Amino acid sequence: MDYLLTEEQMMLRDLCREVAEEKIMPVAAEYDEKEEFPWEIVKTLAQSDLCGVYIPEEYGGMGGGILELCILVEELSRGCAGIALSVAGTALGTDPILLYGNEDQKKKYLPDIASGKKLAAYAITEPAAGSDVSSMQTTATKDGDYYVLNGTKHFITNGGDAETYTVIAMTDKKKGSRGASAFIVEKGTPGFTFGKKEHKLGIRASSTRELIFEDCRISKENLLGKEGQGFMIAMKTFDMSRPGIGAQALGIAQGAFDAALKYSNEREQFGKPISSFQGIQFMLADMATQIEAARALIYATARQIDAGAKEISKESSMAKMFASDVAMSVTVDAIQIFGGYGYIKEYPVEKYMRDAKITQIYEGTNQIQRSIIALNLIKELKKK
Amino acid sequence: MDIRIINEKCTGCTICTKVCPFAALTMHSKKAVIDYDKCSLCGACVDSCKFDAIEIKRSSSRTPNLEEYKGVWVLGEQRRGHVQSVVFELLSKGRELADKLGAELSCVLLGHNIKDTAEHLIHRGADNVIIVDNPKLEHFMDEPYTKALVQLIRKYRPAVFLCGATVVGRSLISRVAVKLHTGLTADCTGLDIDPKEGFLLQTRPAFGGNIMATILSKNHRPQMATVRHKVFKEAVVDTSRKGKVIEEELTSTLLTSRTKLLDIVEEIESTINIAEADIIVSGGRGMKGPENFKILEELAQALGGAVGSSRAAVDAGWMPYSHQVGQTGKTVCPKIYIACGISGQIQHLVGMQSSDIIIAINKDPDAPIFNVATFGVVGDLFEVVPLLTKKFKEVLNK
Amino acid sequence: MNIIVCIKQVPDTTQVKIDPVTNTLIRDGVESIVNPFDAYAVEEAVRLKERYGGKVLALTMGPPQAEAVLREAIGLGCDEGILVSDRAFAGSDTLATGYTLAAAIRKIKIFDIILCGKQASDGDTAQVGPGIATQLDIPQITYVKKIEKIEDNKLIAHRMIEEGFEMIETSLPCLLTVVKEINEPRLPSLKGKMKAKKIEIPAWKAIDLDIDEVQLGLTGSPTWVSKIFTPPPRPKGEIFEGAAEESVNKLVEVLKDRLK
Repeated sequence: MDYLLTEEQMMLRDLCREVAEEKIMPVAAEYDEKEEFPWEIVKTLAQSDLCGVYIPEEYGGMGGGILELCILVEELSRGCAGIALSVAGTALGTDPILLYGNEDQKKKYLPDIASGKKLAAYAITEPAAGSDVSSMQTTATKDGDYYVLNGTKHFITNGGDAETYTVIAMTDKKKGSRGASAFIVEKGTPGFTFGKKEHKLGIRASSTRELIFEDCRISKENLLGKEGQGFMIAMKTFDMSRPGIGAQALGIAQGAFDAALKYSNEREQFGKPISSFQGIQFMLADMATQIEAARALIYATARQIDAGAKEISKESSMAKMFASDVAMSVTVDAIQIFGGYGYIKEYPVEKYMRDAKITQIYEGTNQIQRSIIALNLIKELKKK
Repeated sequence: MDIRIINEKCTGCTICTKVCPFAALTMHSKKAVIDYDKCSLCGACVDSCKFDAIEIKRSSSRTPNLEEYKGVWVLGEQRRGHVQSVVFELLSKGRELADKLGAELSCVLLGHNIKDTAEHLIHRGADNVIIVDNPKLEHFMDEPYTKALVQLIRKYRPAVFLCGATVVGRSLISRVAVKLHTGLTADCTGLDIDPKEGFLLQTRPAFGGNIMATILSKNHRPQMATVRHKVFKEAVVDTSRKGKVIEEELTSTLLTSRTKLLDIVEEIESTINIAEADIIVSGGRGMKGPENFKILEELAQALGGAVGSSRAAVDAGWMPYSHQVGQTGKTVCPKIYIACGISGQIQHLVGMQSSDIIIAINKDPDAPIFNVATFGVVGDLFEVVPLLTKKFKEVLNK
Repeated sequence: MNIIVCIKQVPDTTQVKIDPVTNTLIRDGVESIVNPFDAYAVEEAVRLKERYGGKVLALTMGPPQAEAVLREAIGLGCDEGILVSDRAFAGSDTLATGYTLAAAIRKIKIFDIILCGKQASDGDTAQVGPGIATQLDIPQITYVKKIEKIEDNKLIAHRMIEEGFEMIETSLPCLLTVVKEINEPRLPSLKGKMKAKKIEIPAWKAIDLDIDEVQLGLTGSPTWVSKIFTPPPRPKGEIFEGAAEESVNKLVEVLKDRLK
């Protein structure tokens, strides 16, 4: 399908594809096996100007928007969703600065992220606060020109490998969700340490760690927006970032589908390629259609955000939810097409399936997404 | 364009359309028509046309006093005073060419303290050995070597000049040919003399090694060619042969150089040099990955051979370049060459097809490698090779 | 540091096949690519620029569509490109090619280092690099696998030889041909690709160069092809098909006497 991309967007897509095919695919299985952070690839991405695709030019980026970010994440995820997360997770950590950072904060943090010198991370989830963000325990207590952070964040993508962290913490517990604030915390700040690295089912090239804050003092200059805006910043960030997760899921689905389609043409049974059997053909047709529908939804949502639309929660949840469900079903079917070979690690499809699962879970489970969509539908009805 | 069909002469015989390697010739109204976008001006059609109906505008220049150029020369490449074995191979071919021309074979030797090797070169077939012994020529350097050779060639005027396609030979001879404004053909796999005109027929793989081309340098002398190690057989030693040793003096000012050799560092490889091995087990794209070369090593070890590789496997980074067999790698001539998962592009074939026995293992029965194979096994190499290793071990242990 | 990198557009020879019926090369669908060996020269040129500052100019001779390889080189970090293209250059052998490129380089005038790949994958001659150096009367180092340093108008490089390497010093300006061991080429950058898209690439014709027309193209080429053929096949061998075990047994049987 032709999405009428601009010349620059096509150039970006082709370059990302080249990186995925030449640099990521050959090493994806190895990084997955070793659970190693892909620094070599990050270097390649930086050298090719891909780390700052979504950051404005005045801060050293390429000046693209959410659509450009989605193209980047989709293409890299075709190679390896875990490796793609080094940039996608950074984008998530950078979004709050792009949205609510003041000029000084933008000047200080964005250029290094755009050049790929530093990675970023976003920290909201806690052991007891997953979908229920408001039950957050981490506190930030004002002390003169400083805030003092205490508490633990977990399941933090790029945790330990990123330099710049956007952390949501409670500045006033009494106010509930209106008592949360957002801060920028740099790696190396005294009182800020890392806990264990998680061993995961998929996206194993991405690091997931605990962040531990023990009387960690940060300057009040590091407050993003105003005190009490933390929860809003978190939600606006998610609205912006969900199409990116959708794009990650889309890339996974596309990668698995490409492998399955090729295999179905090569694998012969009963004297002909299995792609000549209707049972396989119907599967391929359904997979391809689902993928295309997901892409159309993601690109349309991304364009809407880039055009400056304010109310985007519903669409961005739809994009993330639909694409990740597609990724799960397509990767399962891809294994089915590969048969027994799909189940063993010599072939790439089992990894796509393991990687797909997380996209239905993080940045809001698909159940939460459905709730957001439904709440927005009801809200819209009442407005009429 | 510099090529055209002379319609009055064209009989519509279609021969030219069949010889054109680029399919640039087609027939229209019973006359040949050239598609200039496809034509590379290679001239194959001109040669094939029996009616002189294709005209190609060729070089009008020619070497002055061309008919005075006589004899065959071979560059006696030496490293640290040792004459390289490719020289002996060139002497055997050079002898053959000189005899066909009814001319003398000379070997030119540049270096320092090298005079005692002259006799051996005569035993290997040279009629004359021309020596320039000068401390400035002790090690190869492009500029002094070029100037020395140009000076000697201008003085003696050989008709044919052969040189090994070694690192030294290729750099040096390219410069010499430009200075002399003459033709040079790299990596010849066949050399012969045109029986009528006495031209040097230089045959080499062309167009990426997919086909062979015979190249001429009709109007320029000397006709220069490089030949790779192991393409021709070494000349046998005949200690009864007699010849002339000519010492040439060159002025030191002629031998200045803008490059300076600071050091020579030898890197000894742990594996057997494939060019010298009697048995080679080679792997190509079908090996699927670097880790799988282990099964070839096991087979090579069982047979006391070395492991080679196609260009595809080297380009993929699975094997180091030093193991590459083929047009851009090494030319080998072992007793047994076992090609595993190598499809057999000409580029590879030219590097190994003079092996005594070629064994091909490939799952594709239509792979071109089977066309040159003495024996072939159609099957999965991952199954065949380990089995072969096992069986050979059993047989050899008996 | 002003660097010129000479590159060539070649057919992807790994894709070229022979039509078994007509014995002609099947070139339809064969992509044109940057000569693989030249990619290392481009990378080394960009690395030298990053190390010593300066500018990299990519130069190619070929048909108009060869401009594509210059844009690719710019995407990889070269600053500009020049295409040398004229019908008069068609049919050039290595002598005429070296002559023409040297004339273009004389017109460019300012350069410290010329970099070339060790050879082109379609002709495999390795003659044009040294040819250019000779025409320009500058020193050369071929088969370079490392550039150690550049200092006081002198360059020290490692030249790969059969048994190891030589360390060679040369004065500048000079020409180097590089082998693949020298580096690992990077992928293009987004900024580079955007620049490559927009940049204007001058195309020089024969009349733009100070040259003698007799030395160009076919007329300036001493060598010519007199015959083209596919090599005669060896006598048909014995092929074993069927179960692996059985084939292997047969093979070992016929070979065993020759192994001892």
